[in-house]
Amino acid sequence: MQSDSPKAGAPRGSLLTDPKARAWTFQILSILVVVGVGWYLFHNTQQNLANRGITSGFAFLDNSAGFGILQSLIDYTERDTYGRVFVIGLLNTLLVSVLGIFFATVLGFLLGVARLSPNWLINKLATVYIEIFRNIPPLLQIFFWYFAVLRAMPSPRQSYSFGEAVFVNIRGVYLPAPEAAGGLMPFLISLVIVIAVWIGLARWSRRRQEDTGQRFPLFWVCLALLVIVPGMAAMLFGKPFHWSFPELTGFNFVGGWAVIPELVAITFALSIYTAAFIAENVRSGILAVSHGQTEAARSLGLRSGLILRLVVIPQAMRVIIPPLTSQYLNLVKNSSLAAAIGYPDLVSLFAGTVLNQTGQAIETIAITMSVYLAISLSISMLMNWYNKRIALVER
Amino acid sequence: MSTHTFKPSLPPPNMSVGVVGWIRANLFPNWFNSLLTLFALYLVWITIPPILNWALFSADWIGDNRDSCTSGGACWVFIKVRLSQFFYGFYPEDLRWRVNLTVLLAIVGAAPLFLRAMPRKLRYGAIYLLAYPVLAYWLLHGGFLGMSLVETSKWGGLMLTLVIAVVGIAGAMPLGILLALGRRSDMPVVRVICVTFIEFWRGVPLITVLFMSSVMLPLFLPEEVNIDKLLRALIAVTLFEAAYVAEVVRGGMQAIPKGQYEAAAAMGLGYWRMMGLVILPQALKLVIPGIVNTFIALFKDTSLVIIIGLFDLFNSIHQATVDPAWLGFATEGYVFAALMFWIFCFGMSRYSMHLERKLDTGHKR
Repeated sequence: MQSDSPKAGAPRGSLLTDPKARAWTFQILSILVVVGVGWYLFHNTQQNLANRGITSGFAFLDNSAGFGILQSLIDYTERDTYGRVFVIGLLNTLLVSVLGIFFATVLGFLLGVARLSPNWLINKLATVYIEIFRNIPPLLQIFFWYFAVLRAMPSPRQSYSFGEAVFVNIRGVYLPAPEAAGGLMPFLISLVIVIAVWIGLARWSRRRQEDTGQRFPLFWVCLALLVIVPGMAAMLFGKPFHWSFPELTGFNFVGGWAVIPELVAITFALSIYTAAFIAENVRSGILAVSHGQTEAARSLGLRSGLILRLVVIPQAMRVIIPPLTSQYLNLVKNSSLAAAIGYPDLVSLFAGTVLNQTGQAIETIAITMSVYLAISLSISMLMNWYNKRIALVER
Repeated sequence: MSTHTFKPSLPPPNMSVGVVGWIRANLFPNWFNSLLTLFALYLVWITIPPILNWALFSADWIGDNRDSCTSGGACWVFIKVRLSQFFYGFYPEDLRWRVNLTVLLAIVGAAPLFLRAMPRKLRYGAIYLLAYPVLAYWLLHGGFLGMSLVETSKWGGLMLTLVIAVVGIAGAMPLGILLALGRRSDMPVVRVICVTFIEFWRGVPLITVLFMSSVMLPLFLPEEVNIDKLLRALIAVTLFEAAYVAEVVRGGMQAIPKGQYEAAAAMGLGYWRMMGLVILPQALKLVIPGIVNTFIALFKDTSLVIIIGLFDLFNSIHQATVDPAWLGFATEGYVFAALMFWIFCFGMSRYSMHLERKLDTGHKR
């Protein structure tokens, strides 16, 4: 929009009404405001930090932390650094997110399908579930599971036992854990071989079907292979793993997997809460596939299972996946609520304990926030890419 | 000559009409659905009767201390005794009429806006929106014009939850619209600033924002400025929700066809009048469900202020459940809190559905 009206001798409008001049003035003004506010905050912070005698910088990350952590996925002692505490917090956050995403997806898809069921009772039950749980704050649900349910469990000696394998008591949930034994390596190798064979067979059978129209019972053959080959490996080389069962010794359980109640509470609450939203996404996605598609598929002679698999689900996924990822993002962000019941996630460890110990408010909060920012920005970038890839190409 | 008369049609078989027919069609159409129905009936059977029994039939309603809870069911006495604290927090008892009056004024003042036949609705609404916050601040906080001062540290319970939610909504709405306009602006600098702002707030959890407002805001401001804890939370919540409102409003603006912008420009409308008279009224109408959803989320998010030690509805209930005099009634407390939140959120979502239907002009794309 190069304007050369002054040269042409046309009557020149006032600078006030020239849209270009106004745009420039406005933009320069907004830059000035942003820079000014930024400088003001920076200046104040500098002064406040100087007054309080806090040196800013990230050197504190190498200092020894000196506090214990309830749950860590990697080795940790109190002598380890704040940097390692950060990694532990991040891993714990990711653990809770992955668990929550898994259970919420399974439950959400089930509920979404149930919500569309022609069965009146199932339909109403799913509706009631969704309307109840999505209208209750997630924090309240976490507190309910933690304080009202898990804190009310009996002591280890009076644990609830499920088949003498799973125990629930006030200290958490104890599950049997597989432990590696002699035959693990051959077992894994045979598993890899079977999967490779499966992929090869799948390619071959598809090519054959396209060429000759003959079908190959791929699924059943491979299922049989999957059972027989690793089974043989286990028989020849010994058991791949044996189960370690939790056992009551003294005042506590030994062996197995001990899941702390904080983790159980937050996984339960987040899965149940997010599943209600996922169910609604799934429902609207399936409803978005027009009825004509199902009818067309049926008139082609597809069976109802195939209609679902080949026609409805691929088209529904296009609608479901974008809101689904934003629900996943919400779940990751909601996992920070774990801080309220003391689950050692990123926020509670780093923006909580480390901040209190070191006083490095700006650094810890900035690091915490940038982790969440990085997660959500990368997921939304992935989403944009995906949306572009699957967008309907119209004439 | 006899004319042929048709016999009346036979009634449909008994099995396909009436209650039996409905049950067969909706509950037992085939073996798979019959199994599902039986499973669902079993689920209902093992959950509903015990819950009803606990919450209603064997619950304790009468009394004023924990000794009256003997029947083994829910102890609603606990809720009854603490109810005024759940509603008003530590607001001085003899001044609670001020809170009631504020709520009453909100309802009475807003009621005409919902009447269809109200004349000069827009002007009344504008005056109300300007006058009510001042009045509410005067009544709740006081400290001037003869009202005695009630520190915000004494505010609590449902009243505080409502204050945070309402101020958050009222603040986030205009800010969010401005941000959405900025994001759709032709000026690159303004756009970049708005996009950065929106994506930043949307990318971080509210809990870190609240942390930030409580530990970093004091660092950002000169030492002599001492901001009230509630105000800090309000600022954090407003900025946070504004980003979400902005994205919703942007969605609505993108759905407005280009012809509307061009037509408005052709009429000689400037930027602000084009937006205010043509684009935003249509865009906002389109996104009412989205905005209400944001507000429902905001209402649920108010419970997070427990992190920075404010006594909102949820925190006052939580504190009551850990009170030594009433230990062991956590379930009752949380169920009550859940019920309160549920009523508000469910009500809002129903209202948004109603609005959507009412405003639907059939032009939706």
